[in-house]
Amino acid sequence: MTTLPARPAAPTYDTPESDNYLIHDKGFLSWILTLDHKRIGVMYTVSVLLSFLVGGIFALLVRTELLTPGRTFIDADTFNHFFTLHGAVMVFLVIIPSIPAALGNFVLPIMLGAKDVAFPRLNLFSYHLWIAGAICTVVSLVMGSFDTGWTFYTPYSTTTSAGGVVPVIVGAFILGFSSIFTGMNFIVTIHKLRPPGMTWFRMPLFLWALYATALIQVLATPVLAITLALVAVERLANIGIFNPAMGGDPVLYQHFFWFYSHPAVYIMIVPAMGIISELIAVHSHRQIFGYRFIAFSSVAIAIFSFIVWGHHMFTSGQSPLMNTLFSAITYSVAIPSAVKIFNWICTLYKGSITLNTPMLYALAFIILFTIGGLTGLHLATLSTDVHLHDTYFVVAHFHYTMMGSALIAMVGGLHHWWPKITGRMYNDKLGMIACAIVFIGFNITFFTQFMLGSHGMPRRYYDYQPEFQTYHVISTIGSYIMAGGFVLTAMYLIQSLVSGKRAPANPWGGATLEWECTSPPPYYNFHEAPKVGEPYDFSNLQWDERGEGYVTVKPTEAKA
Amino acid sequence: MGHAHSNSGPAGHAGHAVQPLVGHLVAPWILFATGTALIILTMVTVAMRYVDLGEANLFIALAIAGVKATLVSLFFMHLRWDRPFNQLMFLGGIVFVVLMMAFCLMDTGQYRGAQFTGNPVDVQAVLDRDAPNAPIAAKKSPDLP
Amino acid sequence: MSAHASHGDHHGTQGHDDHGHGGGHGHHNAEYPFLAHHFETPAQQFDSAKLGMWLFLVTEVLFFGALFVGYAVLRSRFPDVFKYASAYLDTTMGAINTGVLILSSLTMAMGVYCAQTGRKTALIVCLWLTMAGAAGFMVIKYFEYTHKFHVHLVWGEGFYKPVTDDGGLQRAELSSTAVVPLTPAQTTMSSGAVSAQQAATPSFVQLPAGELTAIAPPAQGPAGMAPEVIDAKAAEHAADPSTHGHEALHLQDASMPPNTHLFFAIYYAMTGLHGIHVLIGMGVIGWLIVRASRGDFGPKYYTPVDLVGLYWHIVDLVWIFLFPLFYLID
Ligand code: HEM
Ligand SMILES: [Cu+2]
Repeated sequence: MTTLPARPAAPTYDTPESDNYLIHDKGFLSWILTLDHKRIGVMYTVSVLLSFLVGGIFALLVRTELLTPGRTFIDADTFNHFFTLHGAVMVFLVIIPSIPAALGNFVLPIMLGAKDVAFPRLNLFSYHLWIAGAICTVVSLVMGSFDTGWTFYTPYSTTTSAGGVVPVIVGAFILGFSSIFTGMNFIVTIHKLRPPGMTWFRMPLFLWALYATALIQVLATPVLAITLALVAVERLANIGIFNPAMGGDPVLYQHFFWFYSHPAVYIMIVPAMGIISELIAVHSHRQIFGYRFIAFSSVAIAIFSFIVWGHHMFTSGQSPLMNTLFSAITYSVAIPSAVKIFNWICTLYKGSITLNTPMLYALAFIILFTIGGLTGLHLATLSTDVHLHDTYFVVAHFHYTMMGSALIAMVGGLHHWWPKITGRMYNDKLGMIACAIVFIGFNITFFTQFMLGSHGMPRRYYDYQPEFQTYHVISTIGSYIMAGGFVLTAMYLIQSLVSGKRAPANPWGGATLEWECTSPPPYYNFHEAPKVGEPYDFSNLQWDERGEGYVTVKPTEAKA
Repeated sequence: MGHAHSNSGPAGHAGHAVQPLVGHLVAPWILFATGTALIILTMVTVAMRYVDLGEANLFIALAIAGVKATLVSLFFMHLRWDRPFNQLMFLGGIVFVVLMMAFCLMDTGQYRGAQFTGNPVDVQAVLDRDAPNAPIAAKKSPDLP
Repeated sequence: MSAHASHGDHHGTQGHDDHGHGGGHGHHNAEYPFLAHHFETPAQQFDSAKLGMWLFLVTEVLFFGALFVGYAVLRSRFPDVFKYASAYLDTTMGAINTGVLILSSLTMAMGVYCAQTGRKTALIVCLWLTMAGAAGFMVIKYFEYTHKFHVHLVWGEGFYKPVTDDGGLQRAELSSTAVVPLTPAQTTMSSGAVSAQQAATPSFVQLPAGELTAIAPPAQGPAGMAPEVIDAKAAEHAADPSTHGHEALHLQDASMPPNTHLFFAIYYAMTGLHGIHVLIGMGVIGWLIVRASRGDFGPKYYTPVDLVGLYWHIVDLVWIFLFPLFYLID
């Protein structure tokens, strides 16, 4: 290593306001052209939450239409467009970027003890790609939107008269590359920017999860990109590869699509599991149980997730041989998921649990993910899936996993790192109330859908038999309750920005590195090199009344 | 640890040339030898076209392509001297493609020869009545087995 | 902040924080002006860039990989089509192109060597040679494509359109219109609107893409363009004096297996995507030439040359597979 020129004396940082990443530079351009991973993370968070609002409005419209059989307030064609928009916005614009790109960007380098991600410019470019993808979606809306479902199944997607299919496909293609570049960045950062002392097994579990996720992003997303490109070409030039009327193979399309999209559901859930590992450990102040099991199960899930995609195609004309194989392998993927659940429960057991908003979200996650995962097994069973496929049972399953798990973890993580990101505390009471409302509303909405589905109500239908109406009404009411919970959340979070208490560096007593820097973190993350210790060793942390946060008591000091 | 050491190793065969600060120097003769081998293999694979070995032709052609690809990646792309993780990732990418191909071919193989020749009569009757223009509404084509 | 202050005494105990988190930002490194602030050493920066590039190459492998899977599935479904249609590709041109790409890969690898050893002029020469290889490849590809467009060896319905005296179906025409097969009855109904050219092909009608909201249902079933239709066309062709002397041999060939157009669909998809990569490669090599002329590269810093080199080799690598898979069947 070579000697570097003397650096300017380190400025003093007495109060968090003296310098932090939020006030380091000013002006609009200093945000949208920033190379700082924290600002990029914040911009992603804001964008993702705005998209969540848009997707949520579509969801409420869809649920409202389903209050009565037949027409309630929109026609069937509009309904098709709305549920498609809801799905596509939520999947491509919200859940996939929500944890890695939004929270991950903010947290990963700090947790790792690095100054930034490996390629800050590429990171900013990812965000700009995200914006471009969002713009394409809007263009698609203007050009007549699309009604293909988020899955773009051929030959419908190549023949539908909806005018916005190609723009949204271009958008999803671009968003795919945004996701790929984020993944690349994270892998390189974790490999090459770990400071001395940060060994692989000292990495917080969230980083393991982000690492596993990044592997999936890099390996799976290109397949989606090329598949969507083929669909666009098929629409524009009619090449016929996926078109059965021209000898093409629509089942091939589904193979391609699910080769990406099953791993994609793990792009959503694996980082969510990482967040939950942090939340559970920190808020029960207990060494996480089975660190290595959780770490390796993330990587195992990432790899296994590539060989189960056929479970989405049991009734698509996939051969019986492959159906059987895929069904069997799908069961095996449930094992690493279950490993995590058991480890979290063991961590909670005899922990000194602080019941606050993040912890409540973590508990909600465990319950909802258990339901979501177990119903996945019903769907993985060939004989039951033939009955349940394309019914509301599947809708309920994937909402328990995507919304009840991935999104709830994202919201929980947001509450966990909110003081770090914004430097403000929010109203914890309101937080817990809102969490409870969301949890109750969620279950009212989606548990009913398990019943609907097992009684045979197909998904994506505009009209239905009158006997399903009660369930639909209950489900719609649940969705309103849930929306109320989210509105409350938005309100107290915004209020905290305006008049929240200043956050201490370590409000929860976390032992990972992000709690060692001030809240909000300084522009360069750490004033001095952080000392890398065990991520889940809470023994040196003590509550400090004056600062209303946790402080580190060095063992030597404690002894002295 | 990433920055504890670089992957520049002693590149003995590069002789007295200036050493780059980082990375590996591959001697020109290795590069030219690789290029020559690639050209020769291209000629071989073209020549193989005129030898009819039935199904084996495809596999020979693929094997030759595989050897060429290996040469390119090992020497032109310096993979032979690169970090193990880079090697692993590249191989991993190929493995995933092979995996995908194997599964898809297994599926397609199940239907080999069993081409779709139209809907069953009763299904077609319903389609004719309710969805005469549906793209999937296939007339039974008499010209297929 | 008390939590923070309690860490003050760690300062300096870490071997590396001299270059590290303290004040490394902002200042420019005099010895390594190319070193970004968040890296400690050139080696770390180089390793990171290299790993990033390899990950990108992995995405390229999967990007093309999916198309290879599509190829494999189509070929296993229609082995006859691939045997038959491959004969329409020009092996000589394909082989020459393979050679051109291999040589350009060699010059690129030499370029990296020259950059590593600080030979500026040689580096620029190597880059220009690589560029020439890429351009040569595209020129040959251009001739291949235009010839095929000319004789309607294309994807989709265009494949079944007979060649007429006005020079056949042009590329532009292909992408801006969709040719929809109609039943004879429908043709009669709309025949007032069709041009003389279309009148020669009574079972197809051309519609401007704008007017086409949905692709009308095909007359044939999922098995695609049924051979009898092709036979009928071939016959019709033979009867039509205006098409004599043209090379759309496939349309006169009664032995052409059904769904032959799919071979060309996947052929254009794969070689087209590959061609786009070659064009992008030319762009980045051009950028390297500019930077190399400026003297940016040398033994201390040559990362961009190395990375572009890797990209260029993967483009070569993909072609190494495309060549036998398309040109050398039987
Ligand atoms: C724990 C193990 C899991 C198993 C065994 C499982 C199994 C399945 C199966 C078999 C299906 C196909 C149902 C059908 O279409 O008939 C399915 C659908 C789905 N699953 Fe899961 N799943 C699991 C976890 C997850 C997770 C964690 C997520 C998301 C974060 C998820 C998201 C989805 C989605 C989005 C669909 C439906 C896609 C669509 O057709 O639109 N699943 N799951
Ligand atoms: Cu799945």
